[in-house]
Amino acid sequence: MKTSLVSFCSGIVFALGLGISGMTRPVKVIDFLDFFGNWDPSLAFVMVGAIVVYFVANRQRLTMGSPLLAAKFAIPTRSDLDANLIIGATIFGAGWGLGGFCPGPALTSLASGALPVMIFVAAMAAGIYLHGWTSEYFVTPHPVTIAPQPAADS
Amino acid sequence: MHDFTPIASTIGGILIGLSASAMLLLSGKVAGISGIFAGVLRPMKDDTLWKVCFLAGLFMGGLLLRVFDPHAYDFGIIRSPGVLVLAGLLVGFGTRLANGCTSGHGVCGVGRLSARSIVATVTFVTSGALTVYLLNH
Repeated sequence: MKTSLVSFCSGIVFALGLGISGMTRPVKVIDFLDFFGNWDPSLAFVMVGAIVVYFVANRQRLTMGSPLLAAKFAIPTRSDLDANLIIGATIFGAGWGLGGFCPGPALTSLASGALPVMIFVAAMAAGIYLHGWTSEYFVTPHPVTIAPQPAADS
Repeated sequence: MHDFTPIASTIGGILIGLSASAMLLLSGKVAGISGIFAGVLRPMKDDTLWKVCFLAGLFMGGLLLRVFDPHAYDFGIIRSPGVLVLAGLLVGFGTRLANGCTSGHGVCGVGRLSARSIVATVTFVTSGALTVYLLNH
């Protein structure tokens, strides 16, 4: 119950941050990505502001055995670089530059009621399902495994 | 360069950081929105309620923006429906393949100094810049 409330309130604050910072406006995103043209560096300030705060919070996290309201931290531990990461980020970046929306601002902007946002979000959902249906083809064996596996289990 | 907004963007960034930090320190979760959205679309195990609540909050925040800061929805550039469909497909598919987007990799992962997230962030910004360059020039 408490963690649901934390999620709901965090969602609200996240959306306000996206709106105030300019991330919900594709023109700001596309101008930020236009390094060789009409460059608008504003979004670098968004990234730096958010990263600095989160960096401090993560330092605090490292001193804690568990989160304040839950049993354990669910934090990714992978450190290997694989093809899926690079290819996926390249595909995502192309879509981001094309439309000017990434997932957070698009979902927030649904509240504007604008049809183009709904079209984008519906297509984004389709892209997620497409990945789900085809993901068995994108499993690359990675050299580092966290737990030792039986030899027969390849 | 027009419409440069360093102060508003920094304030907004700090709010995003505070929100993600609350998720981390209180609930122990990564505020990665592509993963949260995918988790609601394709619910696996008993780990969906917090994601639904986060998305509901995001929508609620969106409604508050509509009332108190309608300028947030001055989109400025809106692509044609066909281009938006392509963009959405690429964003949905790409973020799942890379296991994260601007929030999960760009803010949370980079904030943790994760090598994967730093590489992902440099890659998607570069790819986005290249796309905009090809569109504009």
